[in-house]
Amino acid sequence: MANIWLRVALSFYGIGLLYVLVALTRTREILNRIALHAAYLGMIFHFVAIVETVRQSGEISLASLSLAASVLGFLIMVVFLMVYLIYKTTSPGIVVFPVVFLLTFVGLSGMESFVLASSSARTGWLIAHITLIFAGYAALVISFSASLIYLIQEHVLKAKRSTGLLSRLPALQVTDDIGFRSLLIGLPFMTAGLVAGMVIAQARFGQVNFRDPKILLSLLTWAVYLILLYTRWSAGWRGRRAAFLAAGTFALAIVAWAANYFSAVHRLSP
Amino acid sequence: MNFQLLGVNHKTAPVEVREQLAIPDKKLGDALRQLMGVTGVREAMILSTCNRVEVLAHTANGNADLRQFLRGHFGLEPLSYESHLYEYREDEAVRHVFRVACSLDSLVVGEPQILGQVKEAYASARAAGTVQSYLDLLLTRAFAVAKRVRTETAVGSSSVSIASVAVELAERIFGSLQGKQVCLVGAGKMSEIAARHLMAKGAGPIFVANRTYERAQVLAQRFGGSAIRFDELYDHCEQADIVITSTGAPVVIFRREHGERFLTRRRNRPMFFIDIAVPRDVDPEMNKLDGIFIYDIDDLQEAAASHAAARSKEAERAESIIEDEVGRFHARVQSLHVVPTIISLQDYVETIRQAELDRVRGRLGQLSAEQEQALETLTRGIVNKILHTPITRLKSAAAGPEVTTLTDAFKKIFNLQDKDKAEESPSAKAEAGSGSRSR
Repeated sequence: MANIWLRVALSFYGIGLLYVLVALTRTREILNRIALHAAYLGMIFHFVAIVETVRQSGEISLASLSLAASVLGFLIMVVFLMVYLIYKTTSPGIVVFPVVFLLTFVGLSGMESFVLASSSARTGWLIAHITLIFAGYAALVISFSASLIYLIQEHVLKAKRSTGLLSRLPALQVTDDIGFRSLLIGLPFMTAGLVAGMVIAQARFGQVNFRDPKILLSLLTWAVYLILLYTRWSAGWRGRRAAFLAAGTFALAIVAWAANYFSAVHRLSP
Repeated sequence: MNFQLLGVNHKTAPVEVREQLAIPDKKLGDALRQLMGVTGVREAMILSTCNRVEVLAHTANGNADLRQFLRGHFGLEPLSYESHLYEYREDEAVRHVFRVACSLDSLVVGEPQILGQVKEAYASARAAGTVQSYLDLLLTRAFAVAKRVRTETAVGSSSVSIASVAVELAERIFGSLQGKQVCLVGAGKMSEIAARHLMAKGAGPIFVANRTYERAQVLAQRFGGSAIRFDELYDHCEQADIVITSTGAPVVIFRREHGERFLTRRRNRPMFFIDIAVPRDVDPEMNKLDGIFIYDIDDLQEAAASHAAARSKEAERAESIIEDEVGRFHARVQSLHVVPTIISLQDYVETIRQAELDRVRGRLGQLSAEQEQALETLTRGIVNKILHTPITRLKSAAAGPEVTTLTDAFKKIFNLQDKDKAEESPSAKAEAGSGSRSR
């Protein structure tokens, strides 16, 4: 039963993930309410699932990675709601929902195995995986380019040169906005792409090997992506620092892609 | 004419030098008195704006050492500013004063504020009692010339002001200015204009800080904003996206550490400082911080200067008006030089006439009122007719090179002596010289 509750919880967190996307077009009260309700409901089912799992195994053990991830995801959600109750803001959801979604998914993947029966189903997941991940990368590239343009514009403004082609660059804050929003769009895609990748891996090998360099690097890239987003969102890092971070994340993404050659699970040929 | 002018402006000196030489309004009186103390200075005026510091004097022999004032007043090493100084004498000084008043010497040619600043400087000098006849004549003429240039040419009509440059820069930083908060620190015409331009583009709300809270309230009311106390400035300032400062403070108000604090509090969202004050209110170091952009008066004007090309044709016309006016002014002042001679001549002849009248009255005995009147008209008519040609010749020769020869000749022939008192007041002389004297 536990895995069913967890699936329900995951769907609600998925709604939260959509909230992140919609939040781009400025937060509206109704959206915040939807996100909050999704969080509440998701947490209830999540809690039930954890209790059920513990009851079934008869002991509170976090030895298994999946249960640990699931509990961690739940706790993050608790903190998110506490922050909301104190500060009345749902904006940390931008980061919280993707993280919790991924953690919950890892928790779920430990409980049941995905079987992709037909080859067309496999192809479908594969296409989804590739499309989503590439969308995430594209967003990263856009964000990085925006950071570069920001840097140039900042330099021009600081140097107080007002003539020439460079003075026709878009306004600083517009560039900044583009960079930040493309990151925001990118994160749910990255997350979903990663999830799709795990589904495929599990369907093929029975379980996800988290020690595999490809998976490790992918997760690391995702984590750094999250940090990039977080620093921009919380500390408003932009300009030079944002450009460096975006460049770093992009480099890591390329390394993760190159890791195909060292990975046991990600051979492009069967 | 003995006019002398010494100064620095935005073309000859960077803001670092100008702010050293700036003289705040409060100290203007003392500075003027000190300037009057320089040997040979008879009248003095000081113009200190963010773009220029100029010392104008009418001197005894046209050769006073105005640098002595700079050395004495600022106690600075002359090396630090000497190379930035310019000095004009006589017609050149007059031309310069006219050009300044007409805003032809401004970096943003045609900007209207300079005339007001010249007027204020003139009023201060008047109040201090350091302006009398000659500078009075010069400045009054300068204001008239400025008016003429404004009405006869298009200089200033399409003035790309500092304000619109500031707006353009703000738009390059923020994109839309809708809802961008503005903080006005200190009051001043230019900063008010800048604020108004920004608000026309949707910027606002605005809050105003001033040393005197009441003034801040008045300003805030005018802009529909709110006033804050000056000591609360640092707590409020980070809310502002655009800060316009124009205080008369002798030291910087915003230092690097303030900038760092603002950035942390506003999560590194960019901030735009428009520093119109001289000496500057914002430490240039702050421009090194990511996300903070500082434009001081020089930067703004340089940006504005690139727009100025369109006005150059009108400026040329204005220059020719000024050339014409300098010539006229020269003639006017020169004509004042012959006035003492004319007065002496008139006095001399008048004395003779009176003496002869007295003598003839003794012989004729009691005269009726009509007879007295006829005698008076007769003698005065003769005197005036005789004097008419020589006085006219003197006046028309006044602006020419032979004026000294001519006046000397007159003095010798009639054994005249200039009256020193007349020398003092050109306006009195102007009256005297305007026609034959009558009783």
